[in-house]
Amino acid sequence: MPQALHYLKETPSQTAGPYVHIGLLPNFCGLQGIYPSDLGSRLVNERTLGERVSISGRVFDGAGEPLRDCVIEFWQADHAGLYPSPSETRGAADPNFAGWGRVGADPATGIYRFDTIKPGRVPFPGGGLQAPHVSLWIVARGINLGLNTRMYFSDEADANAGDPILARIEQKSRLKTLIGERQGDAYTFDIRLQGADETVFFDI
Amino acid sequence: MSDSLGNAAPETGAFFPRDRRWHPPALAPGYKTTVLRSPQRPLVAFSNTLSEMTGPAFGHSLLGELDNDLIHNFARPGESAQGPRIIVHGRVLDERARPVPGVLIEFWQANAAGRYRHKKDGYLAPLDPDFGGCGRAISAEDGSYAFRTIKPGPYPWPNGVNDWRPAHIHFSVFGSGFAQRLITQMYFEGDPLIRHCPILATIPDPAAIEQLIAPLDLGATIPMDATAYRFDIVLRGRRSTLFENRLEGN
Repeated sequence: MPQALHYLKETPSQTAGPYVHIGLLPNFCGLQGIYPSDLGSRLVNERTLGERVSISGRVFDGAGEPLRDCVIEFWQADHAGLYPSPSETRGAADPNFAGWGRVGADPATGIYRFDTIKPGRVPFPGGGLQAPHVSLWIVARGINLGLNTRMYFSDEADANAGDPILARIEQKSRLKTLIGERQGDAYTFDIRLQGADETVFFDI
Repeated sequence: MSDSLGNAAPETGAFFPRDRRWHPPALAPGYKTTVLRSPQRPLVAFSNTLSEMTGPAFGHSLLGELDNDLIHNFARPGESAQGPRIIVHGRVLDERARPVPGVLIEFWQANAAGRYRHKKDGYLAPLDPDFGGCGRAISAEDGSYAFRTIKPGPYPWPNGVNDWRPAHIHFSVFGSGFAQRLITQMYFEGDPLIRHCPILATIPDPAAIEQLIAPLDLGATIPMDATAYRFDIVLRGRRSTLFENRLEGN
């Protein structure tokens, strides 16, 4: 027998369940008095650098119904393409930008919305730049392991055309599922869990 | 927007790929809600970029004094939550068995009667006026965490005609990178409902199910106060950077 390697196995995922709001967004679901505010409710403040935009949309199930109980988390670079993270070694990101946010779908309409800034471009390992994008992580009842996807920006067509991750997608007809459509300062980004226009989800 | 995490070198390597045979599959028809909420196309895989290798950090200044005490963090003055008092503790490690310090852990659960403080919960069991049901902690330098709570009750749910959830506590865990983000559930040693649970049964490997069952830890109990359960959490490991060329942008 060779020596043992002693790696551990990642803790298996379990669904966030229908009561995920109690843990992640207690004030949002009416559980007040434990935390002063819900974590991740503000990505920007009045001094944050960059172009102010909002991103909103809905997450649809295989029957075309919006999920009214999902929680979405966002992670993105600042206006200069730097992440506000200890693992960011290229420089210091904008101290007035959180980079990470969390929202719950509206319990009546299923609409989510968050206010942020448009991110800068982030290098790709081995060279080149990625197009501006926001990473998303979606959890809900009926989702056994959080879903990873990205939103790119419709007004960045040239950058999107050269993005090395988008280039990995074999069916070019699916690219549109990753593009938030701009109208004014607002982007609409709907996510479809199933169907002909199923969103591209990533194994990262 | 975060405190310093000490002098440790930042974690910058790419993550080990996720072993998706160890996790529950997206489509698990025994848990009916997955049928219309499971993506059907293959996931598109790619090697980590900075967007996956970085992640938010949260400092201890985030935490309130009672955030890790669910027995008291919603209770009226002088009161405490009803139910068996327990301590849940453990360590956050990565797949290389190294402690993961400074990560935020959030937890939520039903009360001792199996009822959640949530408008969607219609179970006839009573609410406890002194129990809210959520808390949080940040792992220490050695990866350890601990909180006080009451043991949650089992409860019925509308999946099959007579399905019950074993007693459990939900955990949400951050790592040092967004690709480590994880939500799971902790179960209690000896609960006979474990082997009947359609949500646990979504996990194919019995050894993976066992990884979610916390044993009673008499060594950590406080006499005349609380019993203790131990629950270690393992996050994805990062590749070693031995002999690795420094990549552009790193």
